[in-house]
Amino acid sequence: MDIAGNPSSPLYGVGAEFASAVDLVRVAKELRAAGYESFDVFSPFPIHGMDKAVQSRRSPLGRIVFIGGLTGFLAAVALQYIPSAVIYPLIVHGKPFGFFAIPAYFPILFETTVLFSAFTAFIGLLMMIGLPRFNHPLFNWDRFKGVSADGFFAVIESRDPKFSKDETGRFLESLGGSNVTVIHED
Amino acid sequence: MAEGTLSPVEERARASVERAPLVAPGRTRGWISDYVSSIVEAKTPRWWWVAISITGTLLLVLIACTTYLVATGVGVWGNNHPVGWAWDITNFVFWIGIGHAGTLISAILFLTRQKWRTSINRAAEAMTLFAVICAAIYPTMHVGRVWMSWFLIPVPNANGIWQNFRSPLMWDAFAVLTYFLVSVLFWYTGLIPDLATLRDRATTKVRKFFYGILALGWRGGNRQWRHYEMAYLLLAGLSTPLVLSVHSVVSFDFAASVIPGWHTTIFPPYFVAGAIFGGFAMVLTILIPARAVYRPLGDLITVSHIDKMCKVLLFTGSIVGYAYLMEMFMAWYSGNPFERATFWYRATGPYWWAYALMILCNVAVPQLLWFRFFRTHVIWVFVIAMFANVGMWFERFVIVATSLTRDFLPSSWGMFHPTWVDIAMFAGTFGLFGTLFLLFIRFLPMICMFEVKAVLPSANPDSGGKL
Repeated sequence: MDIAGNPSSPLYGVGAEFASAVDLVRVAKELRAAGYESFDVFSPFPIHGMDKAVQSRRSPLGRIVFIGGLTGFLAAVALQYIPSAVIYPLIVHGKPFGFFAIPAYFPILFETTVLFSAFTAFIGLLMMIGLPRFNHPLFNWDRFKGVSADGFFAVIESRDPKFSKDETGRFLESLGGSNVTVIHED
Repeated sequence: MAEGTLSPVEERARASVERAPLVAPGRTRGWISDYVSSIVEAKTPRWWWVAISITGTLLLVLIACTTYLVATGVGVWGNNHPVGWAWDITNFVFWIGIGHAGTLISAILFLTRQKWRTSINRAAEAMTLFAVICAAIYPTMHVGRVWMSWFLIPVPNANGIWQNFRSPLMWDAFAVLTYFLVSVLFWYTGLIPDLATLRDRATTKVRKFFYGILALGWRGGNRQWRHYEMAYLLLAGLSTPLVLSVHSVVSFDFAASVIPGWHTTIFPPYFVAGAIFGGFAMVLTILIPARAVYRPLGDLITVSHIDKMCKVLLFTGSIVGYAYLMEMFMAWYSGNPFERATFWYRATGPYWWAYALMILCNVAVPQLLWFRFFRTHVIWVFVIAMFANVGMWFERFVIVATSLTRDFLPSSWGMFHPTWVDIAMFAGTFGLFGTLFLLFIRFLPMICMFEVKAVLPSANPDSGGKL
């Protein structure tokens, strides 16, 4: 097995390279079946059906964005109501602020809701995937650079209860993995 | 049945049902990364320097004109009573409309699972951002005292004045700003995996640092992809109503007034269709030359892609044509003499040539796209797209100018004459747009690599995919 990173630093995991998206889905299923939990599969593009293969739950991002959107909506209500009705009441179209004037406030309610939702989606995404993070043990592995071109990788982390350096490496090899590598933290 | 036993008729039938591949056969994932990245990594080609010196010069013209305008006053434009909104608002609507095609391609076609969008969405979204930047210049300058434009932002100020949130101009400020920011987020989110590709390929320290920072440390694990796909879906879902709302709100600037020819309920859908029409024309206008310069891109942006874009152009162009007819019909059917007079004036008054040009460019010429020949020969497509670009500018000019030059009272009738500053600034915005686009081509991947890889047959585990 190859070694990536400084061998005297703690172990991060064991990784292997696979030939195709089809292989990677199969590997993910096998790893699950073998009882591994802390592993991840890496690919240059999102693979259809992978979520099912690794049995991950649906991303909760949608609910978070809903809360963000609701915040935006309420912010726009406050932003328009307080000046228009309290601080600086204006009579526009012959109407003071009131129920019949409400449609004229819709565009800003809508835009602000979308604005807050989009920012929540973006910031929520970064928080969920733990980015920005410019240093990661995987970047010690030279071959891993291929992941953004046409490489498919599976990495089992050492924190997995079933992890054992040699056995896990052999298991990855038996699944058809090449370039099985032990990855260290630094 | 074996291939050889098909009769010619059957073969033709099968060929007409089968879809053209989205990526030319034989182009692998590795090739896509290599080729698209190589555009960014290769030495700057000579044509690029020539092109940017032209657009850069125009950009300087824009900067000079803007400086002159701010220093002198908004009167350096030809706007005057009765045409208070003239080329500036025309150009504003023209540019912001162009942006809409980018969002349509990136969001609406994503939600409707039109996979052919993958090879054109990056460039189209970039076009959106640059077009919105060009558009934003005009209302900002049009306020006259530019340094007071922060008054649009609802913050407590020393005068104790607050905005009128019931004004379409205020809606516009919110809509355009939201549109720009959301488009930036959507674009950048889509760029992250591709920036990681450039980071991983980087050979120089500067590049490694630049793309490394921008890629945020993307690793491409399923733990990231699953949230990423959800975020992308959500952003697409948010952008879809947003893009429709933006041009609707822009049309409210006109429709919420009482001016004949503006005060109509058809405006929001009419403006949105026109925006998509004009935007697709601009997408074709920039992608066809890009495809000619970088020949292998033709394997990603195939003739089939161009053909599909032409169909959108034909469809939206026809909607716009329908809207022109409907406007005329409603003016007659309403029985309102001012409405009737305005439309009669539009088609037969001193601006008849602008109206005729608009009909020719937006309605008549795109009808050629019914013929496959015109949709599949890029030179023709380019010519037709150019017509549409011109036509959409004239559409906005016709709307803005003809309604304002003939108001209710003959005492407030008058013509509009652009000044040299009007003309130079409009040319200047093309310089800004072109400069930004050239910088984009040079420094960022102009094709969304990871999405194109995902539509290759080999990417789908169910296909038993090889490669």
